[in-house]
Amino acid sequence: MGIETLTLDRSAIQGEEMVLNIGPQHPSTHGVLRLQVVTDGEIVTKITPYIGYLHRCFEKHCENVTYEQVIPFVDRCDYIASMNNNFGYAVAMEELMGIEVSEKVHYIRVIVAELNRIASHLLAIGTFGLDVGAFTPFLYCFRDRERILDLFELLCGARLLYNYIWVGGVSHDFPIGFVEKVYEFLDYFEPKIQEYNDLLTFNKIFIERTADVGVLPADVAISYGVSGPNLRGSGVKWDLRKNEPYSIYNKFDFDIPIGTGAMGTVGGCWDRYYVRIRELEESVKITRQALDQIPREGDVHAALPKKIRPPKGHVYSRTETPRGDLGFYIISDGKPKPFRLKLRSPAFTALSCINEIARGWMIADVIAILGSLDIVLGEIDR
Amino acid sequence: MVDLLLQKFSEVSFLSGMPSALLFVLAATLIALPLFMFVAVNALVAVYAERKISAFMQDRLGPMGQGVGLHAGKWGLLQTVADAIKLLIKEDIIPALADRKLFILAPFILFVGAFIVFVGIPFNQHILVADFNIGVFYIIAMSSIGVIGIIMAGYSSNNKWSLYGAMRSAAQIISYEIPLALSLITVIMLVGSLKMQDIIIAQHGLIWGILPNWFIFNNPFTFIAFFIFFISGVAEVNRTPFDLPEAESELVAGFHTEYSGMRWAFFFLAEYANMFIVAAMTSIIFLGGWQSPIPGFLNGPGWGLFWFFSKAGFLIFVMMWFRWTFPRLRTDQLMQMCWKYFLPFSLINLLGVGLWDLWLN
Repeated sequence: MGIETLTLDRSAIQGEEMVLNIGPQHPSTHGVLRLQVVTDGEIVTKITPYIGYLHRCFEKHCENVTYEQVIPFVDRCDYIASMNNNFGYAVAMEELMGIEVSEKVHYIRVIVAELNRIASHLLAIGTFGLDVGAFTPFLYCFRDRERILDLFELLCGARLLYNYIWVGGVSHDFPIGFVEKVYEFLDYFEPKIQEYNDLLTFNKIFIERTADVGVLPADVAISYGVSGPNLRGSGVKWDLRKNEPYSIYNKFDFDIPIGTGAMGTVGGCWDRYYVRIRELEESVKITRQALDQIPREGDVHAALPKKIRPPKGHVYSRTETPRGDLGFYIISDGKPKPFRLKLRSPAFTALSCINEIARGWMIADVIAILGSLDIVLGEIDR
Repeated sequence: MVDLLLQKFSEVSFLSGMPSALLFVLAATLIALPLFMFVAVNALVAVYAERKISAFMQDRLGPMGQGVGLHAGKWGLLQTVADAIKLLIKEDIIPALADRKLFILAPFILFVGAFIVFVGIPFNQHILVADFNIGVFYIIAMSSIGVIGIIMAGYSSNNKWSLYGAMRSAAQIISYEIPLALSLITVIMLVGSLKMQDIIIAQHGLIWGILPNWFIFNNPFTFIAFFIFFISGVAEVNRTPFDLPEAESELVAGFHTEYSGMRWAFFFLAEYANMFIVAAMTSIIFLGGWQSPIPGFLNGPGWGLFWFFSKAGFLIFVMMWFRWTFPRLRTDQLMQMCWKYFLPFSLINLLGVGLWDLWLN
């Protein structure tokens, strides 16, 4: 008997690989995303995300409407953080047209953008908890997010798609008593962060499930163009509000939380999650400062021209949304409609690295990693 | 109890002429029917309790209604009844590529596995269908029949999610059966009997003058055994944090993804029946079953029923508490917990109880 016959034939004990479609209809794909997963038992060997189920021709649409009419479309890209999208577009347009908006407008924009950041992070935290099986934190987050949506409803009548921040201003001033209501909300909300920590963040099972899972090293994150909390979770201190301050963010005192690997490897799901929790605190801090400093007088429409007709040229401007660097590239040919408008989506880049970081983990981990990246399909598909 | 009924039948004149096989079937049916009713009502109550408890834990109200028209009764009391009626009248869907026979059979096997366990559970001093001399073994053996139903459901659905759920479930239930049985043995060693009533009667009296002589307080090893038993029990019935077979966010609905209507309801019935069994077993074996916490105080048969149900009810509440608080474990972590921690601990426990019994008694 030769040695060959004694060696174990691996092909005999190794099972077939199975192709599994997670989505487009699946409870935890955060929208209509299809992940084609090749599995070896429970282990995932390859992940291919298929996108486009929510493609609404955003960029092509924008070429056919006037600059003002683009704003509602922008709302519908990242529908979880519409204010921030409005903000990004307004900043880009103002840069293209060379408009300077009044002090008050800046403050209003910062306040609503930070409130929306809190709302968006609450959704991310809640659904991430849901992805790892904890149901209750999700409803706690929604309870508090509800209050922000109520505030926005008071502000502009809409709860999700606001169309509030316009080019050269905002659609209208704060209603009477709004500032006090926001103060009230912040006082209510700040202690609640501790509640999430008690319930989810420092839960042993939660840490076990997320701490070392789906590690996104800083160099991989940078080479994929990942930004926002996902990048900061990998330990890179990069936040456009600090690094390239737009609007009046340089007036405020706040920190950029980064992943420290407190519970495991730097860049794990837990770090990405915890960065969001700490950003809630920072957003509260910024909102408080803005509320303290906001000028009482001032017109919110002053800089708004009757008809927007930017000069010939192009602009690329980026702002920090809850998901990362949202970039607008706008080419103007001097007509009232954009010649070309391109949106650089932070969620798209976050999703693109999933095969890199989730390969080799189990199905349950893929769901957790996807949840920790906090994608919004509306923005990915556009 | 069947024997008792047969004896009663023989005294009734118009029944005495009937063949004995028929009488036996009649007696068995008469006993099975109330048990079935109990299982169904248990599910109704438990589902309502689960919805309300989860709602209160999550800052919600849960099912509410004003008791008029089609609303679900006061405080939503009729919600589960409405759900049951809805499930009854739903369309029966069997996927085209499913293995029809197994698909239809699976929920029944799962349910029967849960149902026949009730035969061995003493509700109080007298209400017990059959006090086998192998009572504990019977319950352990019968409660693992359910896994066959789960595998059949997963395999026959012809769905990858179902298959994953079934495979996870099989691995999980078989693994956790071992620490469960081993921690049972610690008690059996102390009692010296497998009869359920004997185990309960052995827990009569006081220990150290203050605590009831339940096995949870009997010695440090049974104290640990209680927790191993209860946690393994929670894992056996696939409840969070061990609900991997039906993990909603991963496997859609696990092994019952393709089921709907009444077939799905049977899975549900079985789940709540199993929950009750685990709670009942834990309270019988470690918490004195129908024994009153203060010996001799409120110890009648009616109170026995009360004590038994309050202990079981509390443990069911704890299970619901777990579910609405904890995240879910991963498959490998689940197995690791079983084989690396529970199994060695329960083996040490077994040795410890043996030595304790040898030297102290």
